[in-house]
Amino acid sequence: MDIQEYFSLVFSDYTLRTISLGTAILGAVTGMLGSFAVLRKQSLLGDAISHAALPGIAIAFLITGSKDSNTLLIGALVSGLIGTFWIRGIITKTHLKSDTALGLILSLFFGFGMLLLTFIQKQPNANQAGLDKYLFGQAATLVESDVWLMTIVTGICLFVLLLFWKEFKILLFDKDYAKTLGFNTKTIDVLITSFIVLAIVLGLQTVGVVLMSAMLLAPAAAARQWTNSLSKMVFLAAMFGAFSGVFGTALSASQNNLSTGPVIVIVASIFVIFSFIFSPYRGLLFRQIRFIANRRDLELQKTLAFMYRIAETHENISHPHAIKILNNFQGFTRKTLQKLVDKNYVTIDGTMWSMTEKGFETASNLYNQQVVKYE
Amino acid sequence: MDKKLAVQIDDLTVAYNYKPVLWDIDLEIPEGVLMAIVGPNGAGKSTLIKAVLGILKPIAGSVSIYGKPYDKQRSLVAYVPQKGSVDWDFPTTALDVILMGTYGSLGWIKRPGLKEKKTALEALEKVGMLPFKDRQISQLSGGQQQRIFLARALVQDASIYFMDEPFQGVDATTEIAIINILKELRKAGKTVIVVHHDLQTVPEYFDWVTFLNVKKIATGPVKDIFNDDNLTKTYGINYKVSIQE
Amino acid sequence: MNSAQIEIQLIASLVAIACAIPGTFLVLRKMAMISDAISHSILPGIVVGFFITQDLNSPLLILLAALTGVITVVLVERIQKTGLVKEDTAIGLVFPALFSIGVIMIAKNANDVHLDVDAVLLGELAFAPFDRLFIAGTDVGPKSLWIIGSILLVTIGLLFAFFKELKISTFDAGLAASLGFSPALIHYGLMSVASITTVGAFDAVGAILVVALMIAPAASAYLLTTDLKKMLVLSIIFGVISAISGYWMAHWLDASIAGSITTMLGLLFFNIYLFAPSKGLIAVMYREKQQRTEVSLLTFLLHLKNHSEENERHVNHLQEHINWQKVRAKTVLDLALKNNMIDINKKIVSLTIKGDEFTSQAIDYIITNEDTQIEDMKDDFFLFRG
Repeated sequence: MDIQEYFSLVFSDYTLRTISLGTAILGAVTGMLGSFAVLRKQSLLGDAISHAALPGIAIAFLITGSKDSNTLLIGALVSGLIGTFWIRGIITKTHLKSDTALGLILSLFFGFGMLLLTFIQKQPNANQAGLDKYLFGQAATLVESDVWLMTIVTGICLFVLLLFWKEFKILLFDKDYAKTLGFNTKTIDVLITSFIVLAIVLGLQTVGVVLMSAMLLAPAAAARQWTNSLSKMVFLAAMFGAFSGVFGTALSASQNNLSTGPVIVIVASIFVIFSFIFSPYRGLLFRQIRFIANRRDLELQKTLAFMYRIAETHENISHPHAIKILNNFQGFTRKTLQKLVDKNYVTIDGTMWSMTEKGFETASNLYNQQVVKYE
Repeated sequence: MDKKLAVQIDDLTVAYNYKPVLWDIDLEIPEGVLMAIVGPNGAGKSTLIKAVLGILKPIAGSVSIYGKPYDKQRSLVAYVPQKGSVDWDFPTTALDVILMGTYGSLGWIKRPGLKEKKTALEALEKVGMLPFKDRQISQLSGGQQQRIFLARALVQDASIYFMDEPFQGVDATTEIAIINILKELRKAGKTVIVVHHDLQTVPEYFDWVTFLNVKKIATGPVKDIFNDDNLTKTYGINYKVSIQE
Repeated sequence: MNSAQIEIQLIASLVAIACAIPGTFLVLRKMAMISDAISHSILPGIVVGFFITQDLNSPLLILLAALTGVITVVLVERIQKTGLVKEDTAIGLVFPALFSIGVIMIAKNANDVHLDVDAVLLGELAFAPFDRLFIAGTDVGPKSLWIIGSILLVTIGLLFAFFKELKISTFDAGLAASLGFSPALIHYGLMSVASITTVGAFDAVGAILVVALMIAPAASAYLLTTDLKKMLVLSIIFGVISAISGYWMAHWLDASIAGSITTMLGLLFFNIYLFAPSKGLIAVMYREKQQRTEVSLLTFLLHLKNHSEENERHVNHLQEHINWQKVRAKTVLDLALKNNMIDINKKIVSLTIKGDEFTSQAIDYIITNEDTQIEDMKDDFFLFRG
């Protein structure tokens, strides 16, 4: 199946439609909440939470013996929350720093989860196969009820987000100020964190434990480059996330053997790279262009100012001077001279140059400005 | 001298990590003064403001604003935090930040509407930042950022203003603009309390001063108590500042 | 114990030691998450290396993959420098992308590459003894043992050669630079060692266990000591203990060895986190409670010193004025009495000579910011602690 075929099938084929809808919704909700994680400087918390969810899945299976995804997700949620609070406990109560706490919880929980999974695999219970899909995610296993669950959770998220928009915003921007205004910052904090954990857990089946954090970060990091408004950023992140989800699913469905998770992450990463380079305000490309343009202007101005100081010494400003003397001046090239000629600041006659009336005036203005600036 | 007390602090002790930063502070701030809090680094100046505003929980003592606890008097108080305390890369514009000043009076859930926007624009005008209203805040200069913070506090339309180092990292023009606004506020009968670093400008800018170094050293009108004796007590060995003119 | 079992335990222990050494420095330099990033992002390097060498244990593959690790670090730093995103976001963006590329490369070439993503994440230590190194036809032991052994030797060599530089640049980068040690050189040197160790160990124990083995022993040791040498020794001991006990747990449960070793590390860390003598959770909670009372006591004594008025020194004033609850006020009063700091006469409290002296010293120390002396002073003056 190739991509074209996929898009023609999306509307007719029930399974494909379910899967695409699921990944789109998932991308949207993680993008939305990811914006908050990124702005709170908690980018890596997502990575720790998703890894910490693994033992929860295994334990839920060991207890219930059921592979029903909702049951397993509750296990994941509980264990993710325990991980989150333990990270906080380590940071606040010991002198270990946040990066150590994150790395600890991430690797220890994941390792314990793997112990349980391998233990389950050795059990004489035929029902265990397929738990490893939670490592890298398998969108193909999404069924309608999963999509419904995602839709409901996304709906609740959206509702809460809109309801407490103002509160979220002020907490993220200026926590102390929010406190003085009488907002209970702890409540808002717990609310945001819980929703982030929920979104991560929701995505485990599709994207997997290992790569879930990228779903949270990449759309938000890309969206941040295009706008300076929080609402637009959240909206864009949701769009980027949804698109990465659908397109990634399409790509992985069109190939054999490809887990959904890695493909979605690659698509999202391409969004990030594109945004880093091409965004008009912050993008590296435009920044570089601006930088070069500025430097050229500066070189031109410097050369002009140098010439001005030479021309100044003569009563007749248009008195010709040898081009040679300019060679001692750093930043002077044939090109800059030609530019000055083009701008009608200078005229050239053989190996001599002379300043025009216009050039002299511009240069004297420049000179005055500089003097003012340095005072 | 039967002026009302704007702020009354009783036996206030605050500790960071169980190390006292402020010790048994008794302080009365009369209504309508423009007061500087001065003291060396680590003297607890910001801590004092934060404790009054309930950002930090004191281990002992009490604070009252016009005779009642702060919780009940929030609407009377505005706060300009230290510039370093916020995320300047946050995706938000100057106008947006100023609108945040209205959040307190709006309470939970309700959004700022047209009326709030109008107040915010007026405040922007007042600090001379109207042309920059749609700028992302990181693209403003240090002085402009501070003016935005001031405008946000103005929007709160409070009776008491607390400011944490508003002149830190600002240009001379902004400093004058800010102090003029503060003087205007005082003229309108408001109380303004400023954590201040530059001792040279204290007599020129303020009419009231508190010396602080873990303990309260002195408090009162600048003309009475801003002298070498108190400066030495606050800053240690033989601190002298020329306060001629 | 048969020879395969001994070999597995030997390999696991060597990996633990090889990880503990760079891990200690990563934890101290607040770069623990970098090890997580490296452990994921070496995957494409491994795959490319495998295409070229067709041998997971080839030194060329190890170098190539380690290079990917260093590239990750450089890439993260580059992105951080652009200021487009916050620092930790840069880490979170780079490694999933690289890891995904690796996974897709494996999937696309499933027929040619006998690499299993699960194996990369988890390793299969149980098979390590079967892949043996032959020199001139003689069996000299499992390949992984030789690889990790050589990496460990190099690491130890570097550690001894550059211990002083590492120490200075970790605790005071500015000082190191002024003494002429390039912090950048040491930084990238450490990153290279971490990358090479990760690659060398992943085959045996998997990427995630490498992260656990780097961070958990060092973090546990850091809760017990702040002396760098002791911390290194302790992390090595913790690593080896977990490796060996983890092996036996896996043996008993018939489950993944890597998972079991990580679980043992987790149990070890959890116990130290709870019970470490001065930095563990219980010690910290106890001390905080003690300090809370003692700070209250100091506050109260200073209040007495500041105020000579009788109404400010009345027993009930504690509650009414200083805003304390009844229990707290009583605890503080009792403690002050027990330590002979105060007298109570007709419900009016006053400082004793000892209390007065104590209070004057305390405020001196606080104003001059000499925290540690306050603790010493408490030992001198207090008969009973809070």
